[in-house]
Amino acid sequence: MVLADELAKKQRSISVAEFFEKNKHMLGFDSPTRGIITTVKEAIDNSLDACEEAQVLPDILVSVRRIKEDVFRVVVEDNGPGIIPEKMPSVYAKLLYGSRFHQVRQTRGQQGIGISAAVLYAQLTTGKPTTVISRTDASRPAHKMSLTIKTETNEPEVLSHEEIDWILPHGTRIELEFKSNIAAKKKLLEYLKYTSIVNPHAKFRVELDDDAFIFDRVSSDVPPCPVAIKPHPYGIELGVLKRMAAASELPLSEFLVDSFSKVGAKTAAEICQYAKLKPTVKTDELSLEQLSALLEAMQTTKIPAPPASQCLSPITEDLIVKGMEKEFELDFIKARTRPGNVFGGHSFIVEAAIGYGGKLQAEGQATLLRFANRVPLLYQQGACAITNAVQGVNWKNYNVSQQGLPTGPLMILVHVAATNVPFTSESKDAVASVPEVEREITLALQELGRDLKQFLSRREKNKQQDDRARAICAVIPLIAEKVAEIVELPVPDTSIIEGRIMRRVVLKKKTTGGQILIHIDNYTTKDQEITLYDISFDSAEDANIPPTFVSEMDGEYTKLWKFTLAAGESFEVTYHGEGGGLIQMQGVSENLKVEVDLDV
Amino acid sequence: MSEMNERDQATQKRLMEIAKVWYDQIGGGDVPSITLPTRTKRNLTYDDDSEVWKYGEKESTRNAGTVKSSLQMLKMAYVMGFIKMQLQENRSSTLREMYYISEGWKQAKFHAQNESNYLVEDLEIITSLQREHFHMRPEEDGASIFGPLRVRENTRRGMKEIHCQDDVGEAGYNIPNNVENVELVDHDACCVIALETGGMFSRLQENGFDEDYNTILLHLKGQPTRATRRMLKRLNEELKLPVVVFTDGDPWSYRIYASVAYGSIKTAHMSEFLATPSAHFIGVKPSDIQRYNLPADKLSEKDIEALKAELTDPRFGSDFWKNEISLQLKMGLKSEQQAFASHGLDFVTKEYLPEMLSEIGVLKR
Repeated sequence: MVLADELAKKQRSISVAEFFEKNKHMLGFDSPTRGIITTVKEAIDNSLDACEEAQVLPDILVSVRRIKEDVFRVVVEDNGPGIIPEKMPSVYAKLLYGSRFHQVRQTRGQQGIGISAAVLYAQLTTGKPTTVISRTDASRPAHKMSLTIKTETNEPEVLSHEEIDWILPHGTRIELEFKSNIAAKKKLLEYLKYTSIVNPHAKFRVELDDDAFIFDRVSSDVPPCPVAIKPHPYGIELGVLKRMAAASELPLSEFLVDSFSKVGAKTAAEICQYAKLKPTVKTDELSLEQLSALLEAMQTTKIPAPPASQCLSPITEDLIVKGMEKEFELDFIKARTRPGNVFGGHSFIVEAAIGYGGKLQAEGQATLLRFANRVPLLYQQGACAITNAVQGVNWKNYNVSQQGLPTGPLMILVHVAATNVPFTSESKDAVASVPEVEREITLALQELGRDLKQFLSRREKNKQQDDRARAICAVIPLIAEKVAEIVELPVPDTSIIEGRIMRRVVLKKKTTGGQILIHIDNYTTKDQEITLYDISFDSAEDANIPPTFVSEMDGEYTKLWKFTLAAGESFEVTYHGEGGGLIQMQGVSENLKVEVDLDV
Repeated sequence: MSEMNERDQATQKRLMEIAKVWYDQIGGGDVPSITLPTRTKRNLTYDDDSEVWKYGEKESTRNAGTVKSSLQMLKMAYVMGFIKMQLQENRSSTLREMYYISEGWKQAKFHAQNESNYLVEDLEIITSLQREHFHMRPEEDGASIFGPLRVRENTRRGMKEIHCQDDVGEAGYNIPNNVENVELVDHDACCVIALETGGMFSRLQENGFDEDYNTILLHLKGQPTRATRRMLKRLNEELKLPVVVFTDGDPWSYRIYASVAYGSIKTAHMSEFLATPSAHFIGVKPSDIQRYNLPADKLSEKDIEALKAELTDPRFGSDFWKNEISLQLKMGLKSEQQAFASHGLDFVTKEYLPEMLSEIGVLKR
């Protein structure tokens, strides 16, 4: 027997399931820790996509419990539209089965690999089937199935199927068991926190063993479900074009207008002319060479960018800010949603936000939150075009120091929403480098950087003013005391410095030998309408300036002077009495007044 | 309270004048402030008359308008009050003791010793007085002297006459903190050799270099204290002895030489009093490393930084230093004094030093 015959015996087709069994890392199941995160992520992606399609406010339960040494049970339950029983096995136990692969719109999941890969992963590590419960309507029963994937054929196997009573009127619950370790906990919470930020309409209840967490919603509006649009001529490949052409019976020009976005009769005519094809030719009769020419024509002819507004669902500036505010304490947050743009026929929108200060770590590099189609990207930060773009910005221009990433108490969020996010691999960890996308990110961050700079310089100015006020009010009086001691003279009055330097209205009250003196200096540049309240047991009958109003209660007198004090002028009233009590000035804004009771 | 002597009275008056300026500023509604020469390397200028480097014309004003500088002024006020008390009670204390006393000064307390040292120097500058006037003593000892020199020291236990070869042990005669208490009686020397390291000090002693060549050996003990520099200045000025400096061949050692010869950045206000402009640097020069093929280490990044800083230091502005430092940066090497031992233990006393000293014409046999 020749070698080729020998080899031929071993040559056979491999199923997709078998392939992924051997290449778990490509789907994000490379380590036990990642296994949990990826599973929860895939389940949540599906739930959120489904809720969005059904326009339901998502209420999602995530539970991860250790049931044996290294075996964990993961449950994800949603209140989405549910899945009809006929489709349940394929959705969960067949790789590459999905509803969104062929659509041109923004969705979280796309290829229909994720959740079935999780089912496969569970099956591989514990041998346990996955349990799925789903119900589509209150009037119908819930269906519970126990599923595995036949790896040789990539076909679902239903181990059991029963109708059950279920508390939710509609929704889906998936339960998987697999080997992992507890190290995943922190990362999982991080993932949920970030997911909650970019899905401010969703509520997550989380149970990790005996700990419970809630990531609540800050918006009660379900984001509009992105509408699928026809593919743009620039984003099409020959294979797809061939398939579309074969399936159509229309003449070429009508086919172009009908199947692609932004192609009108005029553009169609231009394309035909460029491709040297008759507009009336039937598309299913085109040869491969003709199709190639057509494709070239389609991508060379000037065609407007595809519409971004309906097929994409940006989070919006307002909701990003709300989402970040909810999860982090920050001194400054600003978000930008850039106008829609396009790369290779795919629409995309970049959103970014910067948070500063608050409880963020003052030292070290900024925290970078990367998102693609509302899904947080937790791994491979270094390989991601988003990271690249953030590092490419000259942060020093905005008074932020930088070592690759900017440093300081800084949080940067970048969200890329696209009809087709260019990931670097199937595990969807990092966005591939696309100049158009990176440029949009840079522009968004530059706009935000300018706002941050303004905030920082304003804060710096306030800090300087505070510093000055503290020096003047707290330290100079001590210097005055000490130098008075050295030169053996009475302590000089520091109030003049206070008022003059700080440009405020300064009130001083002092009691000496039964004589009360109230002195007010207006060091501001404006006239001040002042109401002076003096509450004590003194009646102030002999005041050199009689109060505008006096009232007495239980021997306590409230004396009130109302007057206008011109800029640079002072007011002084004295009377006999015991002193003490309370003194207050109203009508002058808080940051412009200094009240000093020298008796206290 | 004992009657104050004239010097103390003058000191107290000077301090009270400064306090009065601040007192009047505050009373008049002005933020108190004080103007000092800027105490940085950039503000050093060469004084042709005294041949030393002093602070130049650049001044900086400290103004109590920020928390940081107002606290500095508060501390200065406390120090002035403390000195006034010392003068009135005829007490004295070390800088370190004052640092500990400041524990009770609340906001005015010092957070590090060098903070209080720096402040006392500021006061010296403002008052044009020296810390001895304030009854403040430094903590650290002066250096040691070994050689044909006779001194008379006014100690707390009476007058003592000491010959720095015959009456002392191997550690030599210890220079007291206040050099003004020492009278230089007589000598039989041709020069003073100031040495950076104890190892070289001992080597020269053991080889009898002081006797064979009639030299006074002075161990600088690293960066020389004021007392050491004052003593060198007096040996040079009063006894007309040439001073040569022999250190390691690295940027930090050149700074030791510079402070002996030109004064230091910190005490530029007293350069005239402390610096010995005629002091001669004999080695280890970067060119010696090449010439004598000395074992050497690579320059560290900090060394290189320090050398580059020296290139912009006006005290190293001469052609000699510019050439040597540039050469060293090019070689990327440094050597210690003791590296001469690679040519034998006697090489430094038999060959190197006699040659160097003859070259500059100070050697009489």
